Amino acid sequence: MLDWTRANLDLVRELTINHVQLAIVPILASFVLSIPLGWLANRNRVLRAVVITGGSLLYTIPSLPLFVILPILIGTRVLDSLNLVVALTIYGVAVMARSAADALASVDRTTVEASTAIGYSPFGRFVRVELPLAGPVLLAGIRVVAVSTIALVSVGVIIGSQNLGYLFSNGKQRGILEEVVVGILMSLLVALVFDVVIVLLGRVLMPWNRPGRAGRKRAGLVADPATGGPAVPAPPKLDKADAGVGGGDA
Amino acid sequence: MIEFESVSKRFDDGTMAVEDFSLVLPSRQTTVFVGSSGCGKTTLLRMVNRMVEPTSGRVLIDGEDVAGRDKVQLRRSIGYVLQAAGLLPHRKVVDNVATVPVLTGTAKAKAREAAYELLDTVGLDRALGKRYPAQLSGGQQQRVGVARALASDPNILLMDEPFGAVDPLVRADLQVELRRLQQDLGKTVVFVTHDIDEAFLLADQVVILKKGGVVAQAGSPAEILAAPADDFVASFVGADRGKRTLHLRDGDGGGKGRTIVVDGDGRPIGVLADGPADGAR
Repeated sequence: MLDWTRANLDLVRELTINHVQLAIVPILASFVLSIPLGWLANRNRVLRAVVITGGSLLYTIPSLPLFVILPILIGTRVLDSLNLVVALTIYGVAVMARSAADALASVDRTTVEASTAIGYSPFGRFVRVELPLAGPVLLAGIRVVAVSTIALVSVGVIIGSQNLGYLFSNGKQRGILEEVVVGILMSLLVALVFDVVIVLLGRVLMPWNRPGRAGRKRAGLVADPATGGPAVPAPPKLDKADAGVGGGDA
Repeated sequence: MIEFESVSKRFDDGTMAVEDFSLVLPSRQTTVFVGSSGCGKTTLLRMVNRMVEPTSGRVLIDGEDVAGRDKVQLRRSIGYVLQAAGLLPHRKVVDNVATVPVLTGTAKAKAREAAYELLDTVGLDRALGKRYPAQLSGGQQQRVGVARALASDPNILLMDEPFGAVDPLVRADLQVELRRLQQDLGKTVVFVTHDIDEAFLLADQVVILKKGGVVAQAGSPAEILAAPADDFVASFVGADRGKRTLHLRDGDGGGKGRTIVVDGDGRPIGVLADGPADGAR
């Protein structure tokens, strides 16, 4: 295995960098887009149903047809990597919109009322009180999206995207087991690194929520986002992600 | 001065929280609304900063109808303290105190400096300023809540059962502290509680409310104790059970002892001093 890796180091490096680049944009985009959707979902019951159900429906779109339809819908070339980015963003939003809705709903009503009473404008309150306090649950959601997006990027090889998924398909076609294994390991590594970076970002951005602080137990704060405690919704099953890895066989 | 002019509030579910309520709350005095839950006391308090809008009637501050004021600006000009402090858990204590000045455009550094001074004012160690609210005890959090309400130097302070969630010892501490603060600062305080003892302790004017915001009696603690308006008031303040009735009894000690004061059950609660009280109102 080492021999194959040594001989193809440049290829692996290039594919990894590409893989990371392809994953970052959908992760960031789904985070940003899901926040107004989450806000909307908390306006009333009808909107909540629309956002949540809409998200679930988006998630059921099979990736292959989506790749075929997208160029027609958004006017891109068939082999444009933008197709992949848009498709992954759609899946990301599908998962993240629900997380954002839950995250914003998880913010303590008393705190929100108090900030209104002391003179926050509705927008100021959303940005400076509700959004930061939704942080731990948002973080849990974006971790799921990050991992699933990284796995899904691999499917992009079907539409000619150059990423770690290429190692699966190429390795399978040519019967090089090492290549497939290296592809899987690198995907896992990238997912792990993303996860660690997100958790660390959470620590930096949400210092009040840091584990090990003296007041945590007393205040019964949200459980450690790194371990995903009871206050954080359990990550949904990664059906798509599984399909993504399997996509190398297609 | 705050004036309620025949104010009514009907909630969406049809319940009448307050009906035709009129009252003047004098400036620089503490008015305490006291009553059981459902008497509309919190509704009345929240009408002052437009957290609740009256269905009919007007609330005036210094002669100006609050309905004509911008909600956000109005709220920033009024201090608000609520149960369990309502602090922002993601902000350090000092930033919590500085919230309103920062919202109204004071530079952050300057607002923080003023916030540290306010921590002194409410009797908190400045070192606590760098902590998060969850790292403070309930009593400390409540003091931070008071400091935050004072930060914009408002004329009016609204306090919605602020000491309801802390243990009795700490509560007594906070009550004494609030009285000291009020003597120094002379704010127009509107205070809501269900605890008649707290009301008598803090109030210049006590307003005892029945269900639906009906005023059972309004007056100074002395007036209410001296002449309860009806059986409801007498029972509410405990006058009917002899709780408020005190008797004098000569102390023991072979004629040298001082006269002691006992309650209705004969339990000693103090000694009789010579001359009038220092803080006689």
